[in-house]
Amino acid sequence: MTRFLSACLAALAFAWPAAAQEVTDYTLDNGMQVVVIEDHRAPVVVHMVWYRAGAADEPPGKSGIAHFLEHLLFKATDDMESGELSRVVAENGGSDNAFTSQDYTAYFQRIAADRLELMMKMEADRMRDLRLNEGDIATERDVILEERAMRTENSPGALLNEQMQAALYMNHPYGIPVIGWRHEMEELGLEDAMGYYRKYYAPNNAILVVAGDVEPEEVKELARTYYGPLEPTEGLEARDRPKEPVQLAERRMTYEDPRVSQPYVVRSYIAPERNPDDQTEAAALIYLSEILGGNSATSVFGQALEFDQQVAVSTFAGYDALSLDLSSFRIGIVPAQGVSLTEAEAAMDAVLADFMEEGIDPEQFDRIKTRIRANDIYAQDSMRGLANRYGAALTSGLTIEDVQAWPEVLQSVTPEDVMAAAEKVLQRDNSVTGWLTGPDAEPTADEEAIQ
Amino acid sequence: MIRLAFAFLLLTLAPARAQVPIEEVTSPGGITGWLVEEHSIPFVALEIRFRGGTSLDLPGKRGATNLMTGLLEEGAGDMDSRAYAEAKDELAASVGFDVFGDALTVSARFLTENMDPSVELVRVALEEPTFAADAIERVRGQVLAHLRSRKTDPNEIASDAIAEAAYGDHPYGSYDGGTIESVSGLTRDDIVTAWKNAIARDRVYVSAVGDITPEQFGEVIDTVLGGLHEEGGEYPGPVEYSADPGVSVVPFETPQSVARFGQPGMEIDNPDFFAAYIVNTIMGGSNFENRLFDEVREKRGLTYGIYTYLADSDYSDVLGGGFSSQNAVMGEAVSVVQDEWRKMSEDGITAEELEAAKTYLTGAYPLRFDGNGNIANILTSMQMDGYPIDYPETRNDKVRAVTLEEANRVASELFQPENLRFVVVGQPAELEPTVN
Repeated sequence: MTRFLSACLAALAFAWPAAAQEVTDYTLDNGMQVVVIEDHRAPVVVHMVWYRAGAADEPPGKSGIAHFLEHLLFKATDDMESGELSRVVAENGGSDNAFTSQDYTAYFQRIAADRLELMMKMEADRMRDLRLNEGDIATERDVILEERAMRTENSPGALLNEQMQAALYMNHPYGIPVIGWRHEMEELGLEDAMGYYRKYYAPNNAILVVAGDVEPEEVKELARTYYGPLEPTEGLEARDRPKEPVQLAERRMTYEDPRVSQPYVVRSYIAPERNPDDQTEAAALIYLSEILGGNSATSVFGQALEFDQQVAVSTFAGYDALSLDLSSFRIGIVPAQGVSLTEAEAAMDAVLADFMEEGIDPEQFDRIKTRIRANDIYAQDSMRGLANRYGAALTSGLTIEDVQAWPEVLQSVTPEDVMAAAEKVLQRDNSVTGWLTGPDAEPTADEEAIQ
Repeated sequence: MIRLAFAFLLLTLAPARAQVPIEEVTSPGGITGWLVEEHSIPFVALEIRFRGGTSLDLPGKRGATNLMTGLLEEGAGDMDSRAYAEAKDELAASVGFDVFGDALTVSARFLTENMDPSVELVRVALEEPTFAADAIERVRGQVLAHLRSRKTDPNEIASDAIAEAAYGDHPYGSYDGGTIESVSGLTRDDIVTAWKNAIARDRVYVSAVGDITPEQFGEVIDTVLGGLHEEGGEYPGPVEYSADPGVSVVPFETPQSVARFGQPGMEIDNPDFFAAYIVNTIMGGSNFENRLFDEVREKRGLTYGIYTYLADSDYSDVLGGGFSSQNAVMGEAVSVVQDEWRKMSEDGITAEELEAAKTYLTGAYPLRFDGNGNIANILTSMQMDGYPIDYPETRNDKVRAVTLEEANRVASELFQPENLRFVVVGQPAELEPTVN
């Protein structure tokens, strides 16, 4: 290390600044929750409506309807023509889009702050007054089938992932892909879409997130005016999806596809998620993913498998803490040339076993803690990122208090918490291991001996 | 239901111009950079570009600049990969290096209080990379794995095929990560040469945005750039876009075909560029509202996404685009695009389309200046493209000044159905190739 740098590092003393943005929240009389995040750096606003409804809330046999409906929400309402909302957003210099996950569906526009009222008018209009016809269904169903072809069927890695999710969740609907199974998507119709729409698209199932150059009182007035009169869905029950049974046997699969020229091994374990007032275990799993698979030059997998043993070209560990129900923890290895998938998987498992034995390097732990804390400062640079943070958490069963406590929960994690979480989660009975391989994959050591 | 009153609301005006107070700073050592001071969040985004990028690869050494770029944070000064990564983490700084056909880019982000040691990390990587033998082999392995993956990815096959058809032996004509053969053959000397050619003071542009003063920025510039080589390698010459018109098919077993298309474009300093930019926006350049989106997706359901772009690169200009369609309907989708190209060339655009595109483009422009990192990136691009520092204040007026007559003259000149080339990768039904 250069002398100058080491001197500076030794003198490091972080004086962490407080969060810059102000967050205000309230609930309208019809049950719609409103979150306002102020950021007055630029005259821009992000307007989002999040529904507590995603693919995992679909009726059996109707996979893909949540996402299909998301596309159909850009068609006509009683007051707008098909495509009018996007056209008006564009004519006002804004951009808009929508996305669907297992747990939520969200719609957003990013636009000059003085256009907020117009966005609210249009978004409120399509919450209850969509007017679909059979023509919309036929054409847009072709579009989502093209989307499935692009995202999933044209990608062997995505196909393996889909098969693995289906095996990982033995009873919970997370095993069904968000985009839908093709044979069910082909049969989706108008009534399927409207049934889901009427039930879930309602103010008492929605969260409004407004981030940017706005005043909370002004947003409240506008929200009352436009979202306030909308009728809630009566009798909307809490989301209580089928639970996973105790998993007793690990699952393994190999997906071979001629389009694979770089094989790899990936494994998913069932893992807990962030829960209201109970986020420590999820926070520990974030550290675990960083420790095992963060930066390859410093991570446990990277150092052992890429640097020391040189059996991998890359390694990874990943975990998504936000989920309404059970999440998953993933690890994987892309073997170096001449290393078989058997050898690669064995090497990865050996490193994992050593890690469980030896525990965490305290210096690595402290560096990760510093980085996680700094990321919170960098995150303030993106209004849309902050808006997403609230929208995704509130549709995943968390509260505003949970979102605001999260940075502190992350800072209070100890190496013991991480090891306890690792011990609990990294159990093969709760896992699926997938191999992705091509027909002319590198022969294994055994096959070479036979040849 | 609430009555909507769009007509009334449309009369209010979008922000007239981007309010970005850009300042030119000349360092004590005489290097200039652009700065936006923004002190509300205690961090700085620093963006540096070196003109040339992977187009500086020498003959037979394709992929050298890319591999070199991948090695910059894999050991520098007396730090190895691990020490470098640990230093970044301890400072909570991020330093990223990337490279494309026109430039090598450096994007750094650091907390104000850690400015000096963070900047030192950027300096040492650019000025004193070690290119150690073990790091070279490790990163080479990663590049080769990536190159192997590309060989069976229809999107990559399509991009490579149209680049080769358009540019042949020029660096723009091949994938800039190189081939398995070329990358396997690179030596440490090749990598050092690539470093000397790509990273030098005669081709550098720098910007900072965030919690930093002009004096601090001046010092940062001298620290990071002051010790670099004076002169880099020779730039390649310009190249004509010369793909034969028609349709070629690369057979590949996959359920959905991938199409890329292109024809000659227009250079950014052409007085007609803004008209061309508007016409492209109407054709396929905006997010949702454009002719190809309406015709190919909304009316016919033939694709999930379709786009066009007008790219002014350093050595060539192209009007291109792409989409994917399942094999059964790819032929129909190609015909629709060809028809739209003809219509644009013959009939141009309507006054309504022009107005809608102008409001969209002028309204969207200020929204680009969102976040320190984004602004730093834009500032560095502007410098590299030779824009004046007050460009953000005048740009919307240039868009508004385009008349319907100009737009339609440019539409008929720019859109050349007779020169449009498609490359389709897949097993498209009822699509006859007309060129190889």
